[in-house]
Amino acid sequence: MQTKPTILLVDDDDDFLLQHKIYLSNAGYNVITATSRKEAETLAKEHKVDCALIDLMMEEADSGFILSYHLKKENPSLPVIIITSVTGETGVEFKKNSKEHDKWIKADIILPKPVRFEQIEKEIKRLIGK
Amino acid sequence: MNTKTLKVWIVDDEPGMCLGAKRAIDRWKESFLDLDTEAIYEVDTMESGESFLDQLKEAMPDILLLDGKLPGINGMEVLEKLHQNNQNIVTIMITAYASLDKAVQATKLGAYDFLAKPFTPEELRYSLRKASRNVILTERAKLFEEEKRKVRFNFISVLAHELKSPIGAIEGYVNLMKMKQAGESIANYEVMLDRMSQRLYGMRKLIADLLDLTRIESGSSKRELKKIKIKPIIEQIIENYQEDAKKRNISIETICNDEIEFAGDISEMEMLFNNFISNGIKYNRENGTLEVKVFKSGNYLKLIFSDTGIGMTEEEQQKLFKEFSRIKNEKTRNISGSGLGLSIVDKIVRLYSGKIEVKSISGEGTTFTIALEDKSD
Repeated sequence: MQTKPTILLVDDDDDFLLQHKIYLSNAGYNVITATSRKEAETLAKEHKVDCALIDLMMEEADSGFILSYHLKKENPSLPVIIITSVTGETGVEFKKNSKEHDKWIKADIILPKPVRFEQIEKEIKRLIGK
Repeated sequence: MNTKTLKVWIVDDEPGMCLGAKRAIDRWKESFLDLDTEAIYEVDTMESGESFLDQLKEAMPDILLLDGKLPGINGMEVLEKLHQNNQNIVTIMITAYASLDKAVQATKLGAYDFLAKPFTPEELRYSLRKASRNVILTERAKLFEEEKRKVRFNFISVLAHELKSPIGAIEGYVNLMKMKQAGESIANYEVMLDRMSQRLYGMRKLIADLLDLTRIESGSSKRELKKIKIKPIIEQIIENYQEDAKKRNISIETICNDEIEFAGDISEMEMLFNNFISNGIKYNRENGTLEVKVFKSGNYLKLIFSDTGIGMTEEEQQKLFKEFSRIKNEKTRNISGSGLGLSIVDKIVRLYSGKIEVKSISGEGTTFTIALEDKSD
C-alpha cells in the first residue's frame, strides 16, 4: 500500500491551520501542524516530511524564511512553500526566480495570501509529484 | 539645544545699507531657550528685486529683509509676486518713512514686520529675533502635523489588517462548507461554526472598542460628571463575566465599601472596570484569582486589580498601552483581544488626571494600580 505524503503546515493562525488541515487531509495527505518555528523544526526531525507549507510572519517577521532555511539545510530536496500576506499589506514583493532573491530565499515558491485551497493543492502536487 | 541655520536675504539697492546690515547679523546667534533652539543667521545680499527673484529659483531664504523702494521692480511688487506664487517667506519690510497706507498694503500681502530706516543693529536684531521665532514655530507646527498624519495612517492600516484577518478566516470556513469538506451532515461542521462565531465576536468587540476610543478621543459625547456609587458598577460587570470566570474556575473577590462614591462619567467608569476585569479573567490561569480593590485616598479614588495570571516581562510591559499592541507569545496565542482595551483605559485615566502603575512578573501575575482624581470638591 502506498503511504500518504506528509505535509508540514506551519502558521501561528489557528484558523489557517484547521482549515488547511481539513482540506489537505480530504485531498489525501497526512497533515502535521506547528504554530511556531521551533515546534516545526522539532516536528521535522521526528517525521518524514514530503512538503512544508509555511507562513512567513510568525513570532518574528521573517520566521518563515529562517525556518525554510533550516529545513532546506537538513534536507535540501524538501519542497517548501511560503505563504505571506506581506505583499498585499506592504507592497513588498518577493519574487522567486529573480536572481537577487534566489540567493537568500530558500523556498520553492512564495504565494501571497489570500490563497485558494485549490491553488495550494495544485502547487503541492506539482512540487512533490503526487 | 538644537542649532538651526536661518538663511537671511537682504534685498536693498544701497550697498552701504546691505553691508552694514550684513555686518550686524551674519553668523549672529540667537538663543530661544523656551524652544530649546539656537539660531544662526547666514546672510546673503542682493541689490535688486530682479536678482532676488532670480536667486529664488535656486534657493529660498527663511527670512527676507526687503527694501520697499527699489529701482526696477519695487519691494511691494516683489511681495505681490511671492504672495501670488504662494511662497510664504517671513518678510520684514524696510521702509524709508513709515506710511500707514503702505504698511496696511504690505501686511495684506503677507509682510511679517516693518523696520524704518535708519535703524540700529539692535533694532535689526530685535526684529529678526521675532521673525526667527515665527520661522521656528511654523516649522514645528508643520512637523507636528506630519507626525499626526503618520500616526493616523498607521492606525488605519493596522485597523484594516485587524479587520481583514477575521474576514479571511471566516471566508475560509465558508469555502470549506461550500465544498462540503466535512460531508453532508451539519453536525460535522460544529467546530468550523464555533470558530466563525468566535472570529465574528472578536470583530464585533474590535468595532465596539474602536467606537469607545473615538468617543473618548473626539470629546464629542457629553461627559456627565456626577457622584456615582462604585460598588454596583463592579458587581454588574463581574456578573457579566461570571460565565467566563466559572468556565476556568477563576474566583473574583471585590473589596469595596458600599458607600464609596466618585464624581465621574458613568460610561467611562464602566469602560474602565470592564477592561480591567475582563483582562483579569482572560489573562488569568485556570483556578486563579482576581482581586478588585477600591478605596478613597485623599482626593483620589484608588483601584487595584491583581490577578494570578500569565504576567508580563519588562519588555512586554513597555508596549502595554499602545494602540493595537497585543502581547504575542505562546500563552496569549489563544486569547482574543482587540489590542485597544488598555489604550482606552489610558485615555480615560488621563481625563481624570490620573495615573496607572503596572507591576507584573511573568508567569505569576499582574497588578494594576490606578489613581483617579475626584474633581467635584
